[in-house]
Amino acid sequence: MSAKTDVRTYTGFRFMTILCLVVLYAPLIVVTVYSFNASRSLTVWEGLSLRWYAEVFVGPESAKFKQAALNSFSIALIAATLATAIATAAATAIVRGGKFRLRTPSLGLITLPIMVPEIVLAVATLIFFNSVGFTRGYMTILVAHIAFCIPFAYLPIQARMQGIEDTYEHAAMDLYATRAQAFRRILLPLMMPGIISGFLLAFIVSLDDFIITNFVKGAGVETLPTAIFGSVKQGLKPNIMAISTMLLGFSIVMVTLSYFASKRNNTQ
Amino acid sequence: MAGGAAPGGSTASDTYARARHWLLMPSWAVLGVFVLAPVCVMVIYSFLTKEFRGGVIWDPTLAAYDQFFFDRGLFGDSDPKLQWTYITIFWRSIWQAGLATILSLLIGFPTAYYIATRPAKTRALWVFLITIPYWVNLLIRTVSMKFLLRDEGPLNDFLLNIGLITEPLQIINTNLAVQLGLFYSYLPFMVLPIYAAVERYNFSMSEAAADLYATKWTTLRRIVLPAVRPGVIAGCILVFVPSLGAFLAPDLLGGAKNFMIGSLIEEQFKGNAGNWPFGAAASMILLSMVLILLMIFAHQQRRAEASA
Repeated sequence: MSAKTDVRTYTGFRFMTILCLVVLYAPLIVVTVYSFNASRSLTVWEGLSLRWYAEVFVGPESAKFKQAALNSFSIALIAATLATAIATAAATAIVRGGKFRLRTPSLGLITLPIMVPEIVLAVATLIFFNSVGFTRGYMTILVAHIAFCIPFAYLPIQARMQGIEDTYEHAAMDLYATRAQAFRRILLPLMMPGIISGFLLAFIVSLDDFIITNFVKGAGVETLPTAIFGSVKQGLKPNIMAISTMLLGFSIVMVTLSYFASKRNNTQ
Repeated sequence: MAGGAAPGGSTASDTYARARHWLLMPSWAVLGVFVLAPVCVMVIYSFLTKEFRGGVIWDPTLAAYDQFFFDRGLFGDSDPKLQWTYITIFWRSIWQAGLATILSLLIGFPTAYYIATRPAKTRALWVFLITIPYWVNLLIRTVSMKFLLRDEGPLNDFLLNIGLITEPLQIINTNLAVQLGLFYSYLPFMVLPIYAAVERYNFSMSEAAADLYATKWTTLRRIVLPAVRPGVIAGCILVFVPSLGAFLAPDLLGGAKNFMIGSLIEEQFKGNAGNWPFGAAASMILLSMVLILLMIFAHQQRRAEASA
């Protein structure tokens, strides 16, 4: 079918798609390329070098960034794990718990953190911690992250569970499995792809967060985004480009892995 | 992200009905204590009197809201006049978020449409390409944008080199930079819902229109667009709402002249202003605007579902 008679295609739409991809990727590619620049200046290209990567690991700011990375990854890991467990339990109740009065309010509560603008949630959390007298620090960041990660873990898990018919669990129970056994041996394995994508999404969202962390962190406790933001405020420096490129690479590897994992799952 | 619209599935199963309250307990506890309660405390704070250096005095007042809308002179005893400073900041935020949404729609719609009309095999790959940047840290994306757009940055370098411009364009610290930053932050949110809608669209309707001598662009405007409208509206909401309260793009790309709501609120808590009740009141006004928008959206979606 030629483009002129095909009702599906429009001239210019392919160009817009390519433009869209260029706009999405150009800044990331430029930063990646310049992170390998030998020059101290951000403007002049002086050839390939890994000196800014070396600076991140052994330079004067390396201790700060190491601590920030440790905080970021440990918070993301704990928050995503707990949020995924809480979300799995909640999804089981909402999708497999029949009709009950608290169902809609529960669903509203679970999705509340993504309805409320992030800055408003940050303000509310800061005021709350302050009024109940919590000292701001690692724990306040962790607690806030667990809370706002729940909806991001919940949505893929709910979507997956809705796609699984309950006949498998009923078959197991007809064969004298207890409800707990049916859940653990039948539903949970079937839900694994949803649970994994929920966990990954929560992990990335936690690692990504700047605003809420910036509000609830105490003095001296930094995560990678707040440390990077602090540095950028004093001017763009090549070592920031290097850290950014490493984080960028990490995100892309993770999302690529999850893409191929889900693809394999769908074809099975 | 529009998870609130789907009420937890239609297939009614009550396998775990007996355990449902236990299963929901952890999420009620965590979200009740660390999300719902804080929002309620924030509402209370917005009606309290400010203390110097960030605290509050438990003395109910409307001062924070009054300060937002009215100017009562230096000593607070002149006749109240409308205070434009903060209204202007809100208006600028709406305007910036609106322009970013239009920009996203102009590029996002053709992209979504193009992807949805690819062969089924390659579609997943296209969607994957569009979503990768969303998974990259927002701060890093914004910093990258700043790096690219700088006066001596690679974009200006490139344009100078090919001779398109003779002196560097000043993009950073302008409204345009903020719009580009917001557009860049949330573009995937525009593409994905439109893509989902176009993918479900029945193309025999376009063929029928063509058979009845409609031109292709008429078909797009009169047949395709109305059919995929819920997806377009969802995309616009998903870009507009986070743009409205965005902090990073206006702060890093806009500079002091292009202050938006996010920076105004941040300054009350982290910056020099230190007026917590005022920050809480500004947050409340932002929250109300967003909730009204989401309610209109939910209503629209219900109507679209009812007519489908």
